[in-house]
Amino acid sequence: MLHLPPMRTVNRERSNPAANHLALDLAALRRKLSESSSGRQYWRSLEELAESSHYSDWLHREFPSSTLEEPEAVSRRGFLRMMGASLVMAGLSGCTAKPKETIVPYVQMPEAIVPGKPLFFATAMTFAGSTLGLLVETHEGRPTKIEGNPNHPASRGASDIFSQASLLSLYDPDRSGALTYLGDIRPWNALLNEIRTLLERQRLRQGAGLRLLTETVVSPTLAFQIRNLLREFPEARWHQYEPVNHDLVRQGSLLAFGRYLNTVYRVESAQVILSLDADFLSSGAGCVRYAREFASRRRPPEGETFMSRLYVVECTPSNTGTKADHRLPLRASEMETFARSLAAEISGQSIVAQTIPYAPWLRAVARDLLQHRGASLVIAGEQQPATVHAWVHRINHALGNSGSTVFYTEPTEVEPVDQLSSLRELVSDMDTRRVEWLVILGGNPVYDAPVDFDFAGRLQKVPVSMHLSHYPDETSALCQWHIPEAHYLEAWSDTRSFEGTASIVQPLIAPLWNGKSAHELLTGFTNEPERSGYDIVREYWKSQRSESDFERFWRKSLHDGVIEGTAFPPVSVTPKEDAAVAHEGPMSAAIPQEEQTVEIVLRPDSTIFDGRFANNGWLQELPKPITRLTWDNAALLSPATAEKLGLSYRISSTGGEHGQVLADVIELSIHGRSLRAPAWIVPGQADDCVILHLGYGRTRSGRVGSGTGFDAYRLRTSSEPWFASGAALRKTGQQFPLACVQFHHNMEGRELIHAATLEEFRQNSAFAQERNKSSQSLSLYPDYKYEGNAWGMVIDLNACVGCNACVVACQAENNIPVVGKTEVMRGREMHWIRIDQYHRGSLENPETYFQPVPCMQCENAPCEVVCPVGATVHSAEGLNDMVYNRCVGTRYCSNNCPYKVRRFNFFQYSDRETPSLKLMRNPNVTVRSRGVMEKCTYCVQRINAGRIEAEKENRPVRDGEIQTACQQACPAQAIIFGNINDRQSRVAQGKAEPRNYALLAELNTRPRTTYLAAVRNPNPEILEEEG
Amino acid sequence: MDGPITPQAAERRRPPVIQPGQTYATVTDKISSIVLVRPTTPGWLAGFLVSFALVMLLFYAIAYLLVAGVGIWGVNIPVGWGFAIVNFVWWIGIGHAGTLISAILLLLNQQWRTSINRFAEAMTLFAVACAGLFPLLHLGRPWFFYWLLPYPNAMGVWPQFRSPLVWDVFAVTTYFTVSLIFWFVGLIPDLATLRDRAKKRSSRILYGILAMGWRGSALHWHRYQTAYLLLAGLATPLVVSVHTVVSFDFAVGILPGWHSTIFPPYFVAGAIYSGFAMVLTLAIPLRAVYGLEGFITMRHLENMAKVMLATGWIVAYGYVMENFMAWYSGNTYEGFTAWNRIAGPYGPAYWALILCNVLLPQLLWLKRVRTSVPALFVLALVINVGMWLERFVIVITSLHRDFLPSSWGMYSPTRWDWATLFGSIGLFVALLFLFIRFLPMISIFEMRELVSESPAGD
Repeated sequence: MLHLPPMRTVNRERSNPAANHLALDLAALRRKLSESSSGRQYWRSLEELAESSHYSDWLHREFPSSTLEEPEAVSRRGFLRMMGASLVMAGLSGCTAKPKETIVPYVQMPEAIVPGKPLFFATAMTFAGSTLGLLVETHEGRPTKIEGNPNHPASRGASDIFSQASLLSLYDPDRSGALTYLGDIRPWNALLNEIRTLLERQRLRQGAGLRLLTETVVSPTLAFQIRNLLREFPEARWHQYEPVNHDLVRQGSLLAFGRYLNTVYRVESAQVILSLDADFLSSGAGCVRYAREFASRRRPPEGETFMSRLYVVECTPSNTGTKADHRLPLRASEMETFARSLAAEISGQSIVAQTIPYAPWLRAVARDLLQHRGASLVIAGEQQPATVHAWVHRINHALGNSGSTVFYTEPTEVEPVDQLSSLRELVSDMDTRRVEWLVILGGNPVYDAPVDFDFAGRLQKVPVSMHLSHYPDETSALCQWHIPEAHYLEAWSDTRSFEGTASIVQPLIAPLWNGKSAHELLTGFTNEPERSGYDIVREYWKSQRSESDFERFWRKSLHDGVIEGTAFPPVSVTPKEDAAVAHEGPMSAAIPQEEQTVEIVLRPDSTIFDGRFANNGWLQELPKPITRLTWDNAALLSPATAEKLGLSYRISSTGGEHGQVLADVIELSIHGRSLRAPAWIVPGQADDCVILHLGYGRTRSGRVGSGTGFDAYRLRTSSEPWFASGAALRKTGQQFPLACVQFHHNMEGRELIHAATLEEFRQNSAFAQERNKSSQSLSLYPDYKYEGNAWGMVIDLNACVGCNACVVACQAENNIPVVGKTEVMRGREMHWIRIDQYHRGSLENPETYFQPVPCMQCENAPCEVVCPVGATVHSAEGLNDMVYNRCVGTRYCSNNCPYKVRRFNFFQYSDRETPSLKLMRNPNVTVRSRGVMEKCTYCVQRINAGRIEAEKENRPVRDGEIQTACQQACPAQAIIFGNINDRQSRVAQGKAEPRNYALLAELNTRPRTTYLAAVRNPNPEILEEEG
Repeated sequence: MDGPITPQAAERRRPPVIQPGQTYATVTDKISSIVLVRPTTPGWLAGFLVSFALVMLLFYAIAYLLVAGVGIWGVNIPVGWGFAIVNFVWWIGIGHAGTLISAILLLLNQQWRTSINRFAEAMTLFAVACAGLFPLLHLGRPWFFYWLLPYPNAMGVWPQFRSPLVWDVFAVTTYFTVSLIFWFVGLIPDLATLRDRAKKRSSRILYGILAMGWRGSALHWHRYQTAYLLLAGLATPLVVSVHTVVSFDFAVGILPGWHSTIFPPYFVAGAIYSGFAMVLTLAIPLRAVYGLEGFITMRHLENMAKVMLATGWIVAYGYVMENFMAWYSGNTYEGFTAWNRIAGPYGPAYWALILCNVLLPQLLWLKRVRTSVPALFVLALVINVGMWLERFVIVITSLHRDFLPSSWGMYSPTRWDWATLFGSIGLFVALLFLFIRFLPMISIFEMRELVSESPAGD
């Protein structure tokens, strides 16, 4: 399926498409030079459409200067640019109308570009210091879908919501498209001139007034460039800051080992795992890989050697917490006591105070860990203080886990720094007016810097400020220069994954909005201001590699998406004995006694992260795990805390549980700062703490994200970046409408999710099927015989971590529209696959189960019989097909669908106007009009493509050859799709498992999508205690 | 075939169906003068204008619907059907009384039907017209409504005949066609009377065309009677079939609260119930305004009240059985749906429905209530509301919480839903205003027959 063509480099000798374009350009330019008025219109329109720097490119080619471009660079860049520019041209003028301008047809078809046939290119996405290797599907030069790169260690073929949704960010019409100075559009050269002038001024003082502020830099090339610059200007400073950083992790390693080290886990080798507030299955570096490894040990009983046991201690339920066999809600500030007590328990000292209510639980966990020395794993959350990390390092060491489940490597950041201190330095320099020229490469510090830094106010004291960013955001508004940033799919770069493996980031399309990469901007600070990103990255790697055949290395690295042999080797270290203890202050011991104060815990948002994805409609509309909220954040409270405050909900009669909930607004005050936010009650959260998610309340994020949610950064100080005690909560009496897609988490006694313990499963492995037996083939008619392929799906509830990657992948693959908060509140969101979530057990600490629900493709489909026009019909391969152009929109099918997986276009939801969004769409999937029903098709376009390939080769479709988008994205490999007629296929084997059951089987719908029941592996010792 | 004759002795014991003292001339004068002589009164004008304003509201709502999409209504997932389907079933139900009165009571020789059948039939037509709007408008793409019809086309596609919505199309169009023909055939002798008595040339030409050359010859009468009876025979099964088919829309679905075999009889009874309530709602003001107490007597009102009482009990039986079966079946989903109707968020609608359709109509046991015009009028209105609520409860409460709790939701109508509902009521009333202004609202020739047969007319 994943056809990997070689890197598209074309030799100079061969006549290549770029050369043809070049010839045409020259002819056109001559015409322009000879004619004065008649050709003017033509040129003006082309200049308007193509990049402004285009013109200078032509001049360069016309009058070649001393810097001859690399032939590869010309072909690659030139080709992509022409592709991009011509597509933009077509897009800007609208797909339906013919463009007025003369367009240039292919004189010679570029090699390997077959219209209608997608090509896949390897690249990588970096954000917040972590990297995911990707394969990007392109159609005629347009990236249309992002998949994980099976070669990449962080991905292994899977992906996450951020990488999936970055496609929409690429085409976001709100991205900034113009370089501006004080709001006026300026050409690139004006900026270069300005930089040159400023550099000359700085040179006298060795750059003492120059400051660079970047996000976490994992790109070796970028660091190389910055260091070169700093070498030239020794007094200049480089600061790194991102709101969601790894400062505490770094400090922890400093405490434990005396230096910065990166921690890598081998989750698949761990039989007992304890997470201390770490959501390692769905957030943070390496989570995609960890989810896969974790899930591989949760498939009882066949094929795997053991089933792991997961303990989670956390303040609010996370995806990881829901997968726990035992979960302990504990406030974030009490984690240190827990870690310390556990360390004591492990080392046999037993200093756990008997007053700690969870003491028996802790002892049981400690015993379990000790029984699995070398095969256990303790993970601390990124937002936990350094001491917790230090304790965890010691515990892992004491358990003999380092070297088996925990590995330490050199940091993946090129220049690991304490980012908060780094920013603090910068801010104090700004305050004392020592900063004359601030260059901000990415990031949005005006919005997300700690509130006590008053970044916005101090930015005003900087005479010259430049901001490179994707959007004209809060920071851009306060900087003189705003430089549009190229998306990672538009620019060359490189990066490192969580365990060190480097990748080249290669662009797939020319910058749509004239963006520049940080590399290209920084090269403007050198004597070669016009060097392309390609040259910069390539030359860096040329300097790093000793291979005689660099070209081969380069092409292989681009093709594979990873640079072989760059993973960091494990470092053998021993934590200092007194590391954490020495650091342990009196404060940390005192915290558990402060029962009465309420604690505020800040977390990156699970969909829009730190706010950078605020303008991404796919992520905004993605229901957040646990709360199932979209478009807003809320102050999360435990049921008991909410009760104390007298908080409640009102389910609105519009949309109701599947749409709109009116939540009480509370006012949070801490240290003289206050914030109003709607309260949301989360069963399983620790008492007396409020969880706030960062990233909302943006004022200048674009049309999608501005004005959604409330800004938790306003409570975030540099001294207490992640949690702070002493908050006061007050009910305001106001209510706020929240868009919640699933408010009802009670199964109402219906057996929708079957779950058992490992013990129960061993006694009765077919526990999930007891209810289903009677309903097989209750029909007067003989069954339809499915000859050939019969598509089916199995979803493993035990594996699913609820990360939502499938939902966004489906949205991207199937051109699913975004409907907006108002429509979600009316119960009209459009996701074809949703992750239902049910709780079981007590309000204080329930078990939570995720259940991904796509269309069940019932063999006796209730939707089909009721459609009056035959718009939904059964295929010979057992698919329940939707015929969009036949649908008249009675919605009867949806009413009759017991799984409610059908989605209706109540309005014209698909944006048919915005040109850039047209480029994004999957050309093999209809863009639906209003009044039409739609639903999951098992990615029928992929099935057809796979079947055609197989038929061309006169063979049956191979198992695994066709992957649905949700399946491909799933990090936990919870979704298996294939031909159930093929007894050897993974899906057929999945259906033969004793855990297999059908949802609502008693209705005799005979769904093709079935589930594997959840099996948990609780510790008998704790079960006994809990009675 | 002879005209309907009833045993005189039986007739004498009951109150008369036509007041004593009426002659052929008085009947003809009285009824035809409403159309021909009586000037357009301010009252009529005001009433018509109000209803016409509502029609404009309806047109506005429809125009906006076509421009923006069906999303302007409150429908969503899971509640895919909202007011449109509620209103559709309600109007179709109202339309039942006309056919019942005209056809079944004709065949059963119930002479008291004569003075109310004409406007009951008109009411049927108008109600079915209102009803017919909704299935079209509620489509996502209404401009393709004709895809539900089996017509030869280049795509080579037929409707999907297993779908109850296709049956609906046939049932409702058949019903409308037959009702229209039945009503028009019934009008022909009266149109001839109007033609003959009209003073204005334009009226004479208009009524003349509509009268289709009726001269009142014995042959005409003979053929007329035959045709009328045949039509009545044809219309009779429709009374049962239309609402049976409409009930299939729900009963064929697998949704708890819909999937029920009791639906067909229960829907038909409900339809007759609401139809008679609507006839009463219209008859009472009409007889007061136009002084028709002589034709629509207390006997009519009381008979209709009795029909309502009887059908009301069938409906009540339906409610009881639904809940009983939900419990007796032991089905989790059915049980929950029943309980959710009673105690869920739409519980008030359910209890209002019980009050309107079951409890208050029990007053009709009392003769004092049955013979009190204001009481009957209020009760008729109450039943109209109750029957609308019944459809609301069936459609909405079944949909809003079905199998998977994750998909539970709520429905609330938007102002466009209300605009369409009141607009359709406006259309109905406006058509009725036009009808009473331009056509004889009581069958003149049948009343004349009654004069000849009634004791007072001897």
